[in-house]
Amino acid sequence: MGGALLIIAALWQCKTKGAASATASDAAQKVYVAPGTYDEFYNFVSGGFNGQVSVYGLPSGRLLKIVPVFSVFPENGYGYSEETKAMLNTSHGWVPWDDQHHISLSLTDGIQDGRWMFANANNTPRVGRVDLKSFRTMEIMEIPNAGGNHSSPFITENSEYIVAGTRFSVPMDDQPDVSIQSYKDNFRGTASFISINPQDGHMNLAFQVLLPGINLDLSRSGKGPSHDWFFFSCYNSERANTLLEVNASQNDKDFIVAINWKKAEELAKAGRGMKKSVRYAHNTYDERTHTATTKWETEAIMLDPRELKDFVYFIPCPKSPHGCDVDPTGKYFVGSGKLAAVIPVFSFEKMQAAIAAKNFEGEYDGIPVLKYDAVLHGEVQKPGLGPLHTEFDADGNAYTSFFVSSEIVKWNVESLQVLDRVPTYYSIGHLCVPGGDTKKPWGKYVIAYNKITKDRYLPTGPELAQSAQLYDITGEKMRLILDFPTVGEPHYANAMPASLIKDQSLKFFKLEENNHPYVAKGEGQAKVVREGNKVHVYMTAIRSHLTPDNIEGVRIGDEVYFHVTNLEQDWDVPHGFAIKGAATAEILIMPGETQTLLWKPDRAGVVPLYCTDFCSALHQEMQGYMRVSPAGSNVPLKFSTGEPEVQ
Amino acid sequence: MKTLYGLLLLLLVGTAACGGGETGSSASPATAGPTPEEKMLAEGKGIGEVKFVELKTPLETERVTRGKAIYDMKCAACHKLDDKRVVGPGWKEVTVRRKPEWIMNMVTNVEMMLDKDEEAQKLLQLCLTRMPNQNVSIGDARDVLEFMRSNDGEK
Repeated sequence: MGGALLIIAALWQCKTKGAASATASDAAQKVYVAPGTYDEFYNFVSGGFNGQVSVYGLPSGRLLKIVPVFSVFPENGYGYSEETKAMLNTSHGWVPWDDQHHISLSLTDGIQDGRWMFANANNTPRVGRVDLKSFRTMEIMEIPNAGGNHSSPFITENSEYIVAGTRFSVPMDDQPDVSIQSYKDNFRGTASFISINPQDGHMNLAFQVLLPGINLDLSRSGKGPSHDWFFFSCYNSERANTLLEVNASQNDKDFIVAINWKKAEELAKAGRGMKKSVRYAHNTYDERTHTATTKWETEAIMLDPRELKDFVYFIPCPKSPHGCDVDPTGKYFVGSGKLAAVIPVFSFEKMQAAIAAKNFEGEYDGIPVLKYDAVLHGEVQKPGLGPLHTEFDADGNAYTSFFVSSEIVKWNVESLQVLDRVPTYYSIGHLCVPGGDTKKPWGKYVIAYNKITKDRYLPTGPELAQSAQLYDITGEKMRLILDFPTVGEPHYANAMPASLIKDQSLKFFKLEENNHPYVAKGEGQAKVVREGNKVHVYMTAIRSHLTPDNIEGVRIGDEVYFHVTNLEQDWDVPHGFAIKGAATAEILIMPGETQTLLWKPDRAGVVPLYCTDFCSALHQEMQGYMRVSPAGSNVPLKFSTGEPEVQ
Repeated sequence: MKTLYGLLLLLLVGTAACGGGETGSSASPATAGPTPEEKMLAEGKGIGEVKFVELKTPLETERVTRGKAIYDMKCAACHKLDDKRVVGPGWKEVTVRRKPEWIMNMVTNVEMMLDKDEEAQKLLQLCLTRMPNQNVSIGDARDVLEFMRSNDGEK
């Protein structure tokens, strides 16, 4: 009785405390999502060196899914199954890993529309598209004439384009072998504009803008009044090619590169670009054949702003800017100099006026440089150390991450006054306000993605989990309410209300629409076919058996393709497949889907195979055998399940 | 102690009010007669959208053909056409054992059938694998039923 009273009293106390005073129980209440209930937001988080994107629920911080994009995923067979291998084709061959840094969510009129998510690959320059109905990677395109695809895949207001900007300037693909010492003459940066087909999301490399040998870092499109423009930060205006730590930190100011993409689009359409001969992979996944194919593209349109004037301008920005972020009104853009003591905020209106008045301080490699003061709205004074990235809320406030001083600082975009600061644990990189890069921020939280966790979690040897931290921003003061560990290394992330996409989630693939060349639409179509040394097993899976499950007549030297069709037509009934000695991965097959595992027997014997996903009460019974005989054996090809034999 | 019981009662009431998911139609007041749902169950028609099926003689051959194609793709893995049980029971004489409404409700509304229909529950105890929802439309289920009749020798 006394206990019950105490609990009631405690609850009462929490209710009466103001929003500003964070107590542990208050924070717990704010992030508690009761068993069986849903989170309010999806949080799409880049995976960094794991090459994947992870999806968390907010405010709970629960990991919901890992979406493999640029890296193989033995958990479900992505990159291992015959159908998905082609997704990882590049001009360098089959590349099963990459470094995935940023994501963008598709937009309509500057607002998240829940159709697609785009992701960049930093190392072997690529962009990928994930469908937000299936949470699957549907397309990956390589970027030619590029090194280090870092300022990517940022998106325009109506998903007209995503961009790919080069962190490393490199010699162009048609003149690759030059001396490193000839950097200033031969190395170039490029900003690629990839158009998005509004119907199906298909990507197309529309044009590339040729830039001097600077390092493009991050970028954002304009919005509203600045709709036609894209802004890229850059460092290394010194154009150093060695010891950049020192040599690329000499200049007092580097640049924001402003590109009028609308004008560039017109120039490209008018045929004013140079046609460059290139070779790059463009991989698409077909949901009907359940198979990816690679198209080899051979041409890129290059626009040179030194010849085609008036669509690229440089704006001086203090000390190696990293983040380059546009506020929800589209009137202001923020450059965050990693080594700067202030945050400069630029005015789009002033930039337009300065361009009209030709208010230039000079040229940089043939491109006009606007005067800093002519474009500046103002500077945030003494904000902190090492500003990196800025996101926004819907009330005119900005939230900037500070790596060196390990904090988030809230400031007002119009007045430039610092309003609040909170520590992060530790060394924050990116941060995210749900929709905080769009015209319509959803607000409520800011999430910190930290580089160092040190003592925040139970120790796990030298390699520790990376982390995210959730802050409530509904009050005047930001309040830390949750720590949650992340997989991989989180860089940029975004979040959207779950209500935008949860009801469109694909539940299964329709068997009737399965056009896989090796589908077995029903057990009657299950069979084993030999073509030379290739053996094709048309296998079906349904609770709780595989058909066929007894196979003989396979020989050493054969290549056995298990084409497994999941005959289930209900949500959340995947089957898996594995066979002893498979040198690849298991495969997971969603209901109505066909996936193929290639297996090469290495010894004579009888080899077990089974379903790897606990599917039913008789899951353990979902197993079978394949007999392998020596090369040249005359054991006849035979297959069956139960009685009578399937022939 | 009284207040504590009061609280408990309140909690119970609250829980009952919040309890979602079920349609609630089976919880009929003791005084009223059987609900339409209960009547259907009692008549061996199962539970679901299918309340009445009109069977024609002779068989509708187009339905039989379509029903066979659906059977091959979505049913044959577990149901054989003779009387042998594999995963689920064989289909021989299923149209004699079951009312047509029961069959179509089992095919199109399997989750609720397994929750509420005694005959369906007996089959689950026997087979131990919940019959999957194969997302067969009511129209398709009608075709499958016609194929079952043909399998049972009707002309």
